[in-house]
Amino acid sequence: MEAELERLTGRIRDAVASATPLCIRAGGTKDFYGNEPRGALLDPRPLSGIVAYEPSELVVTALAGTSLAELERTLAGQGQMLPFEPPHFGEGATVGGCVAAGLAGPRRASYGTTCGGVRDFVLGASLVDGRGNLLRFGGQVMKNVAGYDVARTLAGSLGVLGVIVEVSLKVLPRPVAEETLRFDMLETEALSRLNDWGGKPLPVSGSAWAEGRLDLRLSGAPPALAAARAALGGEPVDGPGPWEDLREHRLRFFAGDAPLWRLSLPSTAGPLGFQDPLLIEWGGALRWLRTERPADEIRARAAELGGHATLFRGGDRTAGVFTRPSAALMTIQRRLKAEFDPAGIFNPGRMYAEL
Amino acid sequence: MARSRQVRRRRRSSRLETIAEPANSIDPARRDALLAGLRDILRADSLLLEVEDTRPYECDGLTLHRQLPMAVALPETESQVERILRLCHGLGVPVVPRGAGTGLSGGALPHASGLLLSLARFDRILAVDPRARSATVQPGVRNLAISEAAAPHRLYYAPDPSSQIACTIGGNVAENAGGVHCLKYGLTLHNVLRVRGLTMAGEPVEFGSHALDGPGLDLLPLVVGSEGMLAVVTEVTVRLVPTPQVARCIMASFADVEDAGNAVASLIAAGIVPAGLEMLDQAAARLVEPFVSAGYDLDAAAVLLCESDGTAAEVEEEIERMSRVLKAARATGIRVSTDEAERQRFWAGRKNAFPAAGRASPAYYCMDGTIPRRYLGAMLKAIQAMERKYGLGCPNVFHAGDGNLHPLILFDDSDPGSVARAEAFGAEILEESVRLGGTITGEHGVGVEKLDQMCAQFDPATLEAFFAVKRAFDPAGLLNPGKVIPTLHRCAELGGMRVHSGQERFPDLPRF
Repeated sequence: MEAELERLTGRIRDAVASATPLCIRAGGTKDFYGNEPRGALLDPRPLSGIVAYEPSELVVTALAGTSLAELERTLAGQGQMLPFEPPHFGEGATVGGCVAAGLAGPRRASYGTTCGGVRDFVLGASLVDGRGNLLRFGGQVMKNVAGYDVARTLAGSLGVLGVIVEVSLKVLPRPVAEETLRFDMLETEALSRLNDWGGKPLPVSGSAWAEGRLDLRLSGAPPALAAARAALGGEPVDGPGPWEDLREHRLRFFAGDAPLWRLSLPSTAGPLGFQDPLLIEWGGALRWLRTERPADEIRARAAELGGHATLFRGGDRTAGVFTRPSAALMTIQRRLKAEFDPAGIFNPGRMYAEL
Repeated sequence: MARSRQVRRRRRSSRLETIAEPANSIDPARRDALLAGLRDILRADSLLLEVEDTRPYECDGLTLHRQLPMAVALPETESQVERILRLCHGLGVPVVPRGAGTGLSGGALPHASGLLLSLARFDRILAVDPRARSATVQPGVRNLAISEAAAPHRLYYAPDPSSQIACTIGGNVAENAGGVHCLKYGLTLHNVLRVRGLTMAGEPVEFGSHALDGPGLDLLPLVVGSEGMLAVVTEVTVRLVPTPQVARCIMASFADVEDAGNAVASLIAAGIVPAGLEMLDQAAARLVEPFVSAGYDLDAAAVLLCESDGTAAEVEEEIERMSRVLKAARATGIRVSTDEAERQRFWAGRKNAFPAAGRASPAYYCMDGTIPRRYLGAMLKAIQAMERKYGLGCPNVFHAGDGNLHPLILFDDSDPGSVARAEAFGAEILEESVRLGGTITGEHGVGVEKLDQMCAQFDPATLEAFFAVKRAFDPAGLLNPGKVIPTLHRCAELGGMRVHSGQERFPDLPRF
């Protein structure tokens, strides 16, 4: 580990000296995401392995190059899970890539209790910055307010601040039982019902609406599921339901070449009003769209509804896939980038041209 | 004593190299320009200059540290705050934001030549949106007032720090406040969707949104818990969650503190995430019982409170499972609350531990380390040894589910020797927390109180990275300066020759 870390910091110092941009990439399962990757390849996979896992602490610490599948298997062996249900998008997915991409799956919007995205479950991280320094943020405990919470900001940072070396994640017990209910309903009714249910103490842990059909996942103790079933109605679905295929984008909706847009909106936002194929998740807060419409039109509609739109996969990435933050926020982000990566070598442009 | 120590700290931090630090004095011309500008912006009764008016602001909940500010401003609108910040930024005057002043680490300690910016008049609930399950409030709104406003919709705001009747949401955001239900419901960060505020330069900024994520780097986790050093909060949108239909609480007694610690691990290992999981040691139970008549077992070495919430059927099943695990973990007695009044009584003791300590002793010093749960028992025994070493009593209450300790060191603030021993006792607890793989502060913040212990928890490169974050938000270094991040000089002087992991802490730093 020490030797690998030294090799890594050596690579970084060399890259700084020769002003060579680096492309931080392990399994490459998320090459499609963000702006075009560029730079000399830096593979963090030599830094791999679970460093500490104490199930009764609900915390796991792993090196960035650890296989995400291996980590999830280890947790499952103890009846636990990553609560944000990250997509892998391929066998090569790693823990570091999972945090850097910051993508969460259907469980992200569990109603009521503990839910959240990747950042909500990051407890600590170490990072090699653009000076080759190893920095250690946060820790392995649930509550920690010593210093700024940089570890959580690494979630979704797409590697622009440095090379993630190790992360500590909060984990949770797997639900005792799960089941899926299916409803036939139109988009407006689905949005309305999802928001109604959100205000009630129901154990909903996933929702997916497409083509006039709503699937709802319930997770919890059997009595809670029985009570929810009685309150909700719907048709029970045999088997595990669509959730695994949804998180991995293996549903028919995701097939084909049409650009895939991801709109993150307030759950109460009304219909987009486009006639393109649509899949709604997260109780209404996430809308996937297959469309050839111009980026400006989609972004304008997302902004109007109080959210933002990302060209998630396919289409033309050259104009930038992410919505731009306000000028004031961009200024802070540029300064952060300049502080952590003064030579601008880490994944330049992957998020925005100025980062 | 406390005051002279503070002055010493100031002098040290003025040598800071890594970020511009405002001086402790201000020349008369600049002072006049500031006051003239403030009078332009504020009504006469919103600007306090006389010592008798500024005195109430000289400290927050950490009364060991006191400092009068040059002036106190009580703005009422965001545009006033913006103009005040632009004025101070232009004149190089430091600004210290303040909520209700209930903080326990001196995060709102004024700056001698700075402006104390009270957000107390930002006390309106702007919107409760039951459909979106959110509330948008001004920073001076009290934590509990949000849940009260949401109650008619059968919703509430989950984080519930013990001071929730008094503390404000702005302060909660600054400290990333926790409470007794964080294990299941998360910290402030997990329950805040959006923070609107102003940078030190007076630039309006919004972190987060009504959606679940935003574009670009996620700055919300930096702002939440930044102790008022990155932005002045003017508006907060919080997530509301449905009020559970039923909540019941188990009160379990243990003959040994290690048993109680192990019981906590057993519950988690059994796949249970209690809504609340709190521990009181015998001294704490005996301290609060006369105060609240909670019915605690005063012969037990430790009392564990373990709560379940949800639907009636869910709670019944979970209480049953929890009881089984607790019995197997050597609980000597188990009581389950039979109604809401009894449940509230069980909690009353825990929530009133601090006032009870205040009644039992001339003064108390509350610590806030967090450790991996498995060391709870060992930590308690270490604290018992420290009680003998320093000759001071120390009842303990814990957020056991999170491993967050609140030892209450009882001392006499009129006796300088007692004060010094209390501070040394506290420092030793925090350093033991770090040694066990934990942190010096779980929810109270670093403020000025734990600057020295930051040197034990973080290496110089990481401390420098914290300064880098500070510079990215506030290049002039004027917003709540001198808090949270110790300078490398301070660490070197203090830790001096502190040895950690077999290595000298600051091998590259010149010694003086």
